[in-house]
Amino acid sequence: MSIGTYTPRPGAAPLPRMIAAQTVLETKMLLRNGEQLLLTVVIPALLLVLFSSVDIIDTGAGPAVDFLAPGVLALAVMSTAFTGQAIATGFERRYGVLKLLGTSPLPRWALMTAKTLSVLVTEVLQVVLLTAIAFGLGWSPQGSPFAVLLLLVLGTAAFSGLGLLMAGTLRAEATLAAANLVFLLLLVGGGVIVPLDEFPDAVRSLLGLLPIAALSDGLRDVLQQGAAMPWGDLGVLAAWAALGLGAAARFFRWE
Amino acid sequence: MRSETVQVAVQIAGLVKRYGSKTAVDGLDLLVRPGVVTAVLGPNGAGKTTTIETCEGYRRPDSGTVRVLGLDPVADAAELRPRIGVMLQSGGVYSGARADEMLRHVAKLHAHPLDVDTLIERLGLGSCGRTTYRRLSGGQQQRLALAMAVVGRPELVFLDEPTAGLDPQARRSTWELVRELRADGVSVVLTTHFMDEAEQLADDVAIIDNGRVIAQGSPEELCRGGAENTLRFTGRPGLDIASLLKALPVDTLAAELTPGTYRITGKVDPQLLATVTSWCAQHGVMPDGISVERHSLEDVFLELTGKDLRS
Repeated sequence: MSIGTYTPRPGAAPLPRMIAAQTVLETKMLLRNGEQLLLTVVIPALLLVLFSSVDIIDTGAGPAVDFLAPGVLALAVMSTAFTGQAIATGFERRYGVLKLLGTSPLPRWALMTAKTLSVLVTEVLQVVLLTAIAFGLGWSPQGSPFAVLLLLVLGTAAFSGLGLLMAGTLRAEATLAAANLVFLLLLVGGGVIVPLDEFPDAVRSLLGLLPIAALSDGLRDVLQQGAAMPWGDLGVLAAWAALGLGAAARFFRWE
Repeated sequence: MRSETVQVAVQIAGLVKRYGSKTAVDGLDLLVRPGVVTAVLGPNGAGKTTTIETCEGYRRPDSGTVRVLGLDPVADAAELRPRIGVMLQSGGVYSGARADEMLRHVAKLHAHPLDVDTLIERLGLGSCGRTTYRRLSGGQQQRLALAMAVVGRPELVFLDEPTAGLDPQARRSTWELVRELRADGVSVVLTTHFMDEAEQLADDVAIIDNGRVIAQGSPEELCRGGAENTLRFTGRPGLDIASLLKALPVDTLAAELTPGTYRITGKVDPQLLATVTSWCAQHGVMPDGISVERHSLEDVFLELTGKDLRS
């Protein structure tokens, strides 16, 4: 290299360009990770196909897919915003990625914005794929798309807060184990494929307060029953979002 | 916004940083001149990395002041961060990212980055191909980290042990890059365990121990000051050492190590050399193989920080 190659000429790129670049990279990392794809795409798709075509669980009146599709959409949101984001961010923290980016021109809030955008991009891909599969299985959704969108956004906020809280406070290995365990527990006990009616009353009312239960129940109210706006579920999700994001903002450690 | 005449690249006064009950940095003062290479030396746990990370805005001082390019690393982070380049001791890259992908990404965060392809070629990262970061060799990971530190054309770079784990060729190549940076007016602050690295590269050396700077100067200044030097020669066996000592300054030592080989320890200066040769002339001795051994930076370092192993 010739003289003058390294002559200082510092400067930050424009913010939109930085955020766009960061979003693209984060999304690429997510889609390249095999374990993550298993969690975010393969498992929800398999559950949808399996339980729609084989009559294992009593899903109430009407086609099984009408019950299952909303639950699987809720699961998709949880897998990306919570499980996937927690594990990825936990390891980024462990391997100094967050630390190094913390000395780059990219502001921290812009990094978090990019992470959120990357989660949203992934969710759009998931929703498109799962919706296509559900339609193939004879799904006939009801209700207002706006209510669905609101539920998905609030659900994403709630799960992101909890995922980032976990990633920013626990060791990466602990996050990996805990995030997978929580995914499994909420999959079974969160009304995703097993109706909450199957549980005893006392347990059911408690489970109903879980973010995954609120999201799947809310989506089901709209998409299956054609309800206008499931305020109760939206309220539960908003509370989780405020709690999770607030705690994450307060306790997140960058290394 | 940029001040074109930065008088001091880094100015640290009375820096204190504690982790719980452990004091990592304990009233550290340091001035780093712009446009030169400054090496920060110290035993493990001396406070080097904490000091550097405070300069990067990564840690908030418990007390004392830190100014980097005239800015407060925490309060003025948004203004400072584009102007510095940082190489961490390890990591800093998504484990699933490819080398060129990560470098291109960091370049995109800057307004006027270096040409990424040229930099990849310069640092021999082209051979990484489509390999992801976690499968790169240690040396490739180090060179990628270095490339990431310089790609944004910073005014000041912080390199934390830039050649740890590199083979001799890669080490030379890293040294070469550091010299090119300095030639182009970039200020470089590096930490290292290698004394030869500091001797080869640094214009200024700061030795840190127990969270303080205990010595600072050019490698020559540090080697000259304090430590005693040695003069050796060979001659006829059995010379009268007592008589030689009488001719020398009082705090000088002399000994016949093996028959015919002599060692004089003390302040070895031209005057002392002249005294020894004239004493030899008076006694009909032809001193062969006269050599003056200057103390190396390593001697000075061990003398200052002690030879005990640190945990």
